[in-house]
Amino acid sequence: MTEGTPKKLVELKDLQLYFNKGKSNEVRAIDHVSFDIYEGEVFGLVGESGSGKTTIGRTILKLYEPTAGDILFEGKDVTHLKGRRLSEFRKNAQMIFQDPQASLNGRMKVRDIIAEGIDINKLAESKADRNQKVQQLLDLVGLNKDHATRYPHEFSGGQRQRIGIARALAVDPKFIIADEPISALDVSIQAQVVNLMKELQQRHSLTYLFIAHDLSMVKYISDRIGVMHWGKLLEIGSADAVYNHPLHPYTKSLLSAIPVPDPEVEKARQHVDYDTSVETDGKKRDMIEVNPGHFVLATPEEAATYKAAQR
Amino acid sequence: MLNNPILKVENLHVNFNTYAGTVQAIRDVSFDLNKGETLAIVGESGSGKSVTTKTLMGLNAKNAAIPDNSRLLFKDRNLLDLTENEWQSVRGNEIAMIFQDPMTSLDPTMKIGMQIAEPLIKHRQMKKEDALARALELMKGVGIPNAEEHINDYPHQWSGGMRQRAVVAIALAADPEILIADEPTTALDVTIQAQILNLMKQLQEETASSIIFITHDLGVVAGMADRVAVMYAGKIVEYGTVDEIFFNPQHPYTWGLLNSMPTTDTEVGSLEAIPGTPPDLLEPPKGDAFASRNVYALAIDSKEEPPFFKVSDTHYAATWLLDERAPKVTPPEKIQKRWAHWQEIQGQEA
Repeated sequence: MTEGTPKKLVELKDLQLYFNKGKSNEVRAIDHVSFDIYEGEVFGLVGESGSGKTTIGRTILKLYEPTAGDILFEGKDVTHLKGRRLSEFRKNAQMIFQDPQASLNGRMKVRDIIAEGIDINKLAESKADRNQKVQQLLDLVGLNKDHATRYPHEFSGGQRQRIGIARALAVDPKFIIADEPISALDVSIQAQVVNLMKELQQRHSLTYLFIAHDLSMVKYISDRIGVMHWGKLLEIGSADAVYNHPLHPYTKSLLSAIPVPDPEVEKARQHVDYDTSVETDGKKRDMIEVNPGHFVLATPEEAATYKAAQR
Repeated sequence: MLNNPILKVENLHVNFNTYAGTVQAIRDVSFDLNKGETLAIVGESGSGKSVTTKTLMGLNAKNAAIPDNSRLLFKDRNLLDLTENEWQSVRGNEIAMIFQDPMTSLDPTMKIGMQIAEPLIKHRQMKKEDALARALELMKGVGIPNAEEHINDYPHQWSGGMRQRAVVAIALAADPEILIADEPTTALDVTIQAQILNLMKQLQEETASSIIFITHDLGVVAGMADRVAVMYAGKIVEYGTVDEIFFNPQHPYTWGLLNSMPTTDTEVGSLEAIPGTPPDLLEPPKGDAFASRNVYALAIDSKEEPPFFKVSDTHYAATWLLDERAPKVTPPEKIQKRWAHWQEIQGQEA
């Protein structure tokens, strides 16, 4: 993170996304969520499937239209962008998808996949310039120039994810949303890709929104973490605070479920069950700052209890 | 528990004949499964762990070729000699399987209660009513709430965790002696995973069945397994008790696997990836298949395959580093810490 007061790059203000609004099958995929992502940081978003973490990522990139609330990028409202303004915004905010098999067009050569953003935004002056840019990107992600003329099926999962990363970087974005970028990869390859992402982030001063359900990986890469459940953001704080001093009972339950590669720890591990009544009893809850920078969704009484229990 | 193998796998080779050539998916795998124990098989995709289990269930694709000297000994029979009809009396009965994805392993057009009752009707010749009554008990046993109301539900009405409970109930229906779980929790959230794993442990204590647990998640292995076999490129490279593998690992691939998984206290920048990618089993490399990714590789690794070296009565590893002529290498720091802990445990026991 940058020194001094960190600059806000992305701000979500009371964001809501309801599917089937007003009908009996209404789904509150994003339910009054507010948080900021600072420039140069890795913000991790964790939660189980159906928690709304992927939906938030997609809504920021305007792949969904939010029901209410605002999204600010570099202080400017991007909530209702259309047309050329939208593609300008998407040049700055890119996405790395979960499944590199599904997110790369199998009929396109790697060169054209990576250069698609360059072509759309007319970033290359000539064909030679375009090829050179692709080359640099391949270098950057640890692939070599022979790979440019091949098709995605000729690559392993880890290499395909590298192609996905190169494609995201092609338009020189400031902000990258990585949606479960390593879940489809093998253990030994996951570490390679995460290390590459971390290295690129530092070298190009990128900002990441890192979405994953693998809590240990999120803890490893993130500066700050938000915990989501049922469309609500329940807790937010520094990676260390959320993992080592969790406040919300859901976070505690989630952390207690992570299997640790140590037989002795595993034998002693007790999974804490989560009582959902703290979300469903209908009381009004707000994000309360319990410790500096560490927020939890709670009533004032609950916040006091959480703080007391934290010691 | 020791020396009471219910299943013996000897010199298993499985080749797949494809248009591109012969893929040697399993290259000489041998192991025993003891009664009442959980054996975890760990490895990456393509290491052969799933092919091993499919072979144990007689579910390999038609292009699979298994040489005659391979043997799967279960109850004085070589399973590889069975005809398809004979297999049908073993599969789901004496050996049952829990599949990875509860979305695709349940029949979407059949009521869940009936799917659980099916193995009982087929293998135990139970009447439909009796089998459904037993299915209800099984549903309660795997923790499905209000089972009476849900016995006539279809899979799409259930969540992923509940569906996986149903898959577990189906596998347990015929009271199998061996339960094969192929990544049973990979498709589930961690909280649901914890519930399913607890359930499997508890059911194993009740039924004393043996479990072969296939996974790539070492955290899950640490919690579930009694013994662990690490597979790489179609071979077992190291096996031992769960404590031996986690605290006294000897094979550089095991070191790499342990180091490439972050724990929640892994410092930034200290995650050590294994370089490169697994070899192509169309043409497995000569010598040690892991050599090209191994920073500790010796000259001999590219020439000759390492045999199993004995570490203890229960612990073996196939790496030339254990040969008495090999130079002493210092493993990565985090492995040294694990070794130091092993010394402590040993000291306490002595």
